[in-house]
Amino acid sequence: MESEDSKPDAGKPPEVDAKSVAPDTPLPESAKPEDGASPTQPEPGPRRIVGIDERKLTRMSRRELLRVAPVLALGAFAVPGLQEFLLKKGLGFSDWASARLFRRGHLAPTFSDAEVTPFDKFPINGYDVDDPGVIFENWTLTVSGAVQKPGDYRLAQIQTLPRTRQNTRHVCVEGWDVIGRFGGARLSDFLAMIGADTSSRFITVGCADDYYESLDMATALHPQTLLCWEMYDKPLTREHGAPLRLNVPTKVGYKQAKYLTDLKVTNVLDKVGYWEDQGYSSFYGL
Amino acid sequence: MSGAVIEITRTTGDEAETVGSAAYEHPLLVRLCHWANAISLFVMVGSGLQIFRAFPSFGAKIPQKDLLHWPKAFAIGGWLGGALQWHLTFMWIYIATGLIYLGYEFFSGNYKQVLFTHRDIRGVWPMVKHYFFFGPKPEVREPYNPLQKQAYTTVIGLGVLSVITGLAVWKPVQLSWLAWLMGGFHWARLWHFLVMWAILGFVFGHLVMVILHGWNNFVSMLTGWKKDPEY
Repeated sequence: MESEDSKPDAGKPPEVDAKSVAPDTPLPESAKPEDGASPTQPEPGPRRIVGIDERKLTRMSRRELLRVAPVLALGAFAVPGLQEFLLKKGLGFSDWASARLFRRGHLAPTFSDAEVTPFDKFPINGYDVDDPGVIFENWTLTVSGAVQKPGDYRLAQIQTLPRTRQNTRHVCVEGWDVIGRFGGARLSDFLAMIGADTSSRFITVGCADDYYESLDMATALHPQTLLCWEMYDKPLTREHGAPLRLNVPTKVGYKQAKYLTDLKVTNVLDKVGYWEDQGYSSFYGL
Repeated sequence: MSGAVIEITRTTGDEAETVGSAAYEHPLLVRLCHWANAISLFVMVGSGLQIFRAFPSFGAKIPQKDLLHWPKAFAIGGWLGGALQWHLTFMWIYIATGLIYLGYEFFSGNYKQVLFTHRDIRGVWPMVKHYFFFGPKPEVREPYNPLQKQAYTTVIGLGVLSVITGLAVWKPVQLSWLAWLMGGFHWARLWHFLVMWAILGFVFGHLVMVILHGWNNFVSMLTGWKKDPEY
């Protein structure tokens, strides 16, 4: 215990000193005087020191310690079984928030031609093979689901739609990013062409390499979401997903499926996507 | 504000003697937020480093020049997808804790105990001299000395920055203005990484000081009560 003299208010008149425990001091509930915690202790001389009984302080400290215990609830994340459940809920909440954040009219940043990453520096990212051996002459996109005109669509038919070219950033879930130049038809135009019911919730796609993906309808209708047949103003190369791939600047890279073969409009997802079904975010909007 | 010193008395029979002093330094909400934040920060850093392992570089993908290979044993999540689950779950706990803490500090007035202001500037150098250059110990008048206030105020700012830079990495399109402020997604990722190291620097110093200041000081962050404070 330090001497009284070292206290800032030492030497002040007694009536000030008696307030050394100021009434507005935010003590814990358990420390309020009516609790009997602060018996004033008579001492010789003019000074009245407000004190607290040793045992009372110990009891109060224990109570205060217990009040911090709710933090231990976070330990639920260490319990096997519960952990997977909680993380799935957490990721689901992030996806829900992402969908709320998505604005259909908000465009992804676009870049000048000078800012575009050179074509040979644009990574080729396949999960399996770089070339699933699509025979271009026989290729069609098979459309099914909630559409008025299901069936097989040839590339030439899709290319009758207005072409959009855009320099946008391609962000991989791993963390790298490149700026690419993409060209193709707006998916929204194609959905109109096939008479899709755009009140449906999802678009799913299948690929020649058995990769599969899905998009929420809001993203599918976004003006920068392309059925892409061009990169860098040239037809897609095989490694980049010829003859047709998705280009979705509002989504992370794994959503942008290559070598498309099937497209379905649906309200139900039995599978979300190749990576999503292994634990990655289902929405992953940028 | 907190920190008023109370005498501790021991009563034996009719005799009462003073056996020490105590001060209630840390309100319950501050303690709850401190420990919740300690846990979520641990998870955010651990999972963040696992995410970083997927592309341990801030340059181009082609050719890729790795900055450092962080050992998997010191990361959380096991793989990129797992680490993202941890990161995107605990970020909500981290953000909520931060908002509750800041709201409480603001509305309760407790921020006066921790906020570094112009009045504290003069006291910083004497504390630095004391801690690092064997200078005399400046008089202690309140729970936090000027250097502590500076460190805590800075790290609270870093916490806010970690969230802002993280949001720019997570949502570079929807929050494109935020990413733009940081020089785009690519740079936002680097800022996010650097802010983490700055926070880790604080945590290191913080832990050293906790060890140096002993048991009573450590217990005060659990019970709120600091026994025999120096002021």
